[in-house]
Amino acid sequence: MTEYNYAYLDEQTKRMIRRAILKGIAIPGYQVPFASREMPMPYGWGTGGVQVSAAVLTPDDTFKVIDQGADDTTNAVSIRKFFERTAQVRVTEATADATVIQTRHRIPEQDLAEGQILVYQVPIPEPLRFLEPRETETRKMHSLEDYGLMHVKLYEDIAQHGHIATSYAYPVKVEGRYVMDPSPIPKFDNPKLNMAAIQLFGAGREQRIYAVPPYTDVVSLDFDDHPFEPTKADHACDLCGSETSYLDEVIIDDAGGRMFVCSDTDFCRCRRAAGHVGRLGTALPEAAE
Amino acid sequence: MTPLLRVTDLSKFYGQRVGCTDVAFNLFPGEVMGIVGESGSGKSTLLNCLAGHVPPDTGEVLFDTRADGLKDTVQMSEPERRMLGRTDWAFVHQNPRDGLRMGISAGGNVGERLMAVGARHYGEIRESATDWLGRVEIAADRIDDKPRAFSGGMQQRLQIARNLVTGPRLVFMDEPTGGLDVSVQARLLDLLRGLVRQMGLSAVIVTHDLAVVRLLADRLMVMKSGHVVETGLTDQVLDDPQHAYTQLLVSSVLQV
Repeated sequence: MTEYNYAYLDEQTKRMIRRAILKGIAIPGYQVPFASREMPMPYGWGTGGVQVSAAVLTPDDTFKVIDQGADDTTNAVSIRKFFERTAQVRVTEATADATVIQTRHRIPEQDLAEGQILVYQVPIPEPLRFLEPRETETRKMHSLEDYGLMHVKLYEDIAQHGHIATSYAYPVKVEGRYVMDPSPIPKFDNPKLNMAAIQLFGAGREQRIYAVPPYTDVVSLDFDDHPFEPTKADHACDLCGSETSYLDEVIIDDAGGRMFVCSDTDFCRCRRAAGHVGRLGTALPEAAE
Repeated sequence: MTPLLRVTDLSKFYGQRVGCTDVAFNLFPGEVMGIVGESGSGKSTLLNCLAGHVPPDTGEVLFDTRADGLKDTVQMSEPERRMLGRTDWAFVHQNPRDGLRMGISAGGNVGERLMAVGARHYGEIRESATDWLGRVEIAADRIDDKPRAFSGGMQQRLQIARNLVTGPRLVFMDEPTGGLDVSVQARLLDLLRGLVRQMGLSAVIVTHDLAVVRLLADRLMVMKSGHVVETGLTDQVLDDPQHAYTQLLVSSVLQV
């Protein structure tokens, strides 16, 4: 591949994105505008995440891509191939081996360590967007820390449903200052936002980058009498038997049959390799040996 | 006695045109002041300058803040002014659509100001929302309805509840009864008068309806072409108008 610059983007663009990333890390949760480029994929498929990944990848990195926790979906496979070809990075499915992980809508089950970077694909970076459509006004609200409106959304949830029904893209306050949309991760993952790895958020269409540095205090918003609760399906994984991981519900026939499986495929595979078997699972050959 | 609001030499120009000019007055705690005048006389410009929505070109608007006493709200920083706007001040718009969030339930509308000043207990927020809906005569079972399901009069009452829930000391009202039919107007005025007296509120009411000021205002300011042409006690101004324009205004009211 000599037709493209290393990691697809030209060096000036990568410098511009790195500046935005550094600024984002310096001001945790603040949305930094950047000049998003056209990428060879449609908006909504992770153009923001891909640009952030392109700016941070080096030839020594090991790259992993997950889409809703899975390594083997179209989006994950094609982004992984893309960087394999343009950046000559090693790729992996093992969470612990990766140095850069690009993710759509999940945080891996396994705790991330220092030295790792988690890159999120973000569709709408502005947590106040659906409450206040004017960008000029939401920016002012962020700068003046005028966040009463965010709680109005949660109030409406309780008034309508009896509990906080927001189950993904659950708003958080970063380091006591900026209210941030953690991208559409399930609220089950919100407690994991306090982590040792660097978290970078890229929104391509909306042209925003924001970041959460390691060990930053990230608090999910709630009411005193309706505290934040991470939720998941009340089942164990049918393949690996895990009762603590976030589950996907899969319909398996047209007679109402369904199974629950870990959404994090790597986590599930590791557990099965270690000999755990769920309700519908079979022991993996390597575990049987 | 310290005035709650002291306005000196306030002017606002739109290019060459005069919005309002040389306005000065004191408003004391518990006092209700009416501003009357024809359309385009600068009433709303003046009110928007007072409430900090529009920066005036000259003059001072001193407000007796709880912490520091009299303080110029024109020079104040934006966060401070916003804080005043959701604690000690209230602004009732002529059109309830400007003052309400139409996509959010009545309870959420009333609760927004509470949450903006840091209330984080759902039960208590809901309780005071219910209490305030009761005070403005909206049935408690409408608390989860959206304002667009309300009649014009109810929307206006909801807007008043939303504004008064944090116990402000100064209320700005821009034609609060505009666009309502007379019987609804009468009930709204009755309600407003009750609330103003009960809570000891100070208010600045802009209107072109003399009946509204007769009923609510202690003092009156008559404006014409951006200038204040006459001030005085409401009854005095209405019963014995001195300025030619005031005489015209008073004699224009149809007697039924």
